[in-house]
Amino acid sequence: MEKMIAGKTITVNEEGYLTNFAQWDKEVGEALATEANIALSPRHWEVITYLQNEHKNDVALSIRRIGKSGLVDIKEFYVLFPNAPLKTATKIAGIPKPASCI
Amino acid sequence: MKRLIILGAGTAGTMMANHLQHELDLNEWEIQIIDERVEHHYQPGYLFLPFDIYQPEDIIKSIAEFIPKGVSLLIAKINKIDAPNNQVVLENGEQLHYDLLIIATGAKIAPEEVEGMKGSEWHKSVFDFYTFEGSLALRNKLREWQGGKLLVHITEMPIKCPVAPLEFSFLADSYFKHKKMRDKVEITYVTPLSGAFTKPKATEALEHLLHEKDIHIESDFAIAEVDNENKKIIDYGGRAISFDLLVTIPTNKGDELMARSGLGDDLNYVPTNKATLQSQQYPNIFVLGDASNIPASKAGSVAHFEAEILTENILRFMNGEPLKEEFDGHANCFIETGNGKALLIDFNYTHEPVEGAFPFPGIGPLRLLKESRINHMGKLAFRWIYWNMLLKGTHIPFVSATMQESGKKFD
Ligand SMILES: Cc1cc2nc3c(=O)[nH]c(=O)nc-3n(C[C@H](O)[C@H](O)[C@H](O)COP(=O)(O)OP(=O)(O)OC[C@H]3O[C@@H](n4cnc5c(N)ncnc54)[C@H](O)[C@@H]3O)c2cc1C
Repeated sequence: MEKMIAGKTITVNEEGYLTNFAQWDKEVGEALATEANIALSPRHWEVITYLQNEHKNDVALSIRRIGKSGLVDIKEFYVLFPNAPLKTATKIAGIPKPASCI
Repeated sequence: MKRLIILGAGTAGTMMANHLQHELDLNEWEIQIIDERVEHHYQPGYLFLPFDIYQPEDIIKSIAEFIPKGVSLLIAKINKIDAPNNQVVLENGEQLHYDLLIIATGAKIAPEEVEGMKGSEWHKSVFDFYTFEGSLALRNKLREWQGGKLLVHITEMPIKCPVAPLEFSFLADSYFKHKKMRDKVEITYVTPLSGAFTKPKATEALEHLLHEKDIHIESDFAIAEVDNENKKIIDYGGRAISFDLLVTIPTNKGDELMARSGLGDDLNYVPTNKATLQSQQYPNIFVLGDASNIPASKAGSVAHFEAEILTENILRFMNGEPLKEEFDGHANCFIETGNGKALLIDFNYTHEPVEGAFPFPGIGPLRLLKESRINHMGKLAFRWIYWNMLLKGTHIPFVSATMQESGKKFD
């Protein structure tokens, strides 16, 4: 479905994740963060950039892997993106929600 | 003479030994299978043991009983794989050369991954049921437990048989009802996922059942520690849930030997091509069952479908032909829902579990994603099928290795 945000039209799935990363830019990220009640600090941006790079390299994202990334530990990740950090952070980053395999 | 070695004589390794013994020219290929244990456990039985539905003798047989003539069984602990030199190194230092290697060393629990999990309350009020010891200790605990707060908890994904903790919750509900003490027990299902399951349609059906059975759900819970003193589990966000009895599924990992061999990912699973089952690093290594990192369920039924496809690919590899990219992630799992009923789900990499009839489209007799008694009979029959057909590599009539789309209600 289409959604208007930060003066642009983006395409998102039913859970609100961008389906086309090309539509993402920093303003869209900011606006999505505001929707999640998060004010982005430089530290948030470091994590978002890291997630986008990992995604580009086809690395399957998990909380465990982020905890071992050397960038943030899991505690800090939770402080930055409370409750469900991986889901919130990937949504703001404009990348798909990580599929936890079954 | 060339040598093919299978590592692990559990569900998947035993199936491969049986398939290959039929298919290979044993004058040309010597087949060897290695396991450190002498007992073969029917792991799905660990779910029933705590509730006194199965007894230990129902689920334990000897490994040797299922290894066919013509395949040599070696009981030894494997220390590592020296893949560049095509050698398996045993714990006693012995080195075995292979031309082709099949990894089927499975997955096991690693409670030490979470602070305090294997602490002073381990097997006192904190239990697993993914090992024989844990399951038996839990049975003894449940026999005398007077009630209180029961948490059924998943540490992190992926885990073997991802529906087992849900089944445990449903069976617990039934068990306490039978013991006329359901009103004394509060059951809560605690999961790192956002809901009862990973796929939307099945989540809906399963959450409905949880609700019906008065089982609470706490989702998005990423455990940081078990507080043994105050009997609480605490997540990274600081959320705490107290318990009288904690039944947890600890982190599941592949065997440590993968780390020693430089063959595993961060959970010791072996990076594997999800369609061909060939190792991503070495062409003469193949991986099936719980040991691989493919995004399919870690289940015996999956190993069964993989074994049919892998057998063909191994023959192709030996003949220098291109591998078939055929494995589609097909899984078929019964979900025990208590009170003599069960659900059945059938799915693959791309198709989530939906409603329908199985294995005959429109007819059944089994119903997909709906509770029924006949599904429960299917679950109980699975033990017989496991010992008498699956391990022997016998094709299950009407059930194909790749998932069938007809008979299913997709949107
Ligand atoms: C509680 C529970 C319920 C389940 N319910 C179901 C169900 O209903 N349906 C279903 O389809 N599946 C179910 N499963 C999953 C199923 O049991 C597994 O997916 C299946 O057994 C995987 O087979 P495998 O051969 O990969 O691993 P395993 O059967 O675990 O075999 C691995 C073997 O490798 C050996 N090994 C490992 N490392 C070494 C080493 N270093 N040296 C020597 N030997 C080694 C081990 O001793 C073992 O024998 C359940 C599992 C559990 C725990």
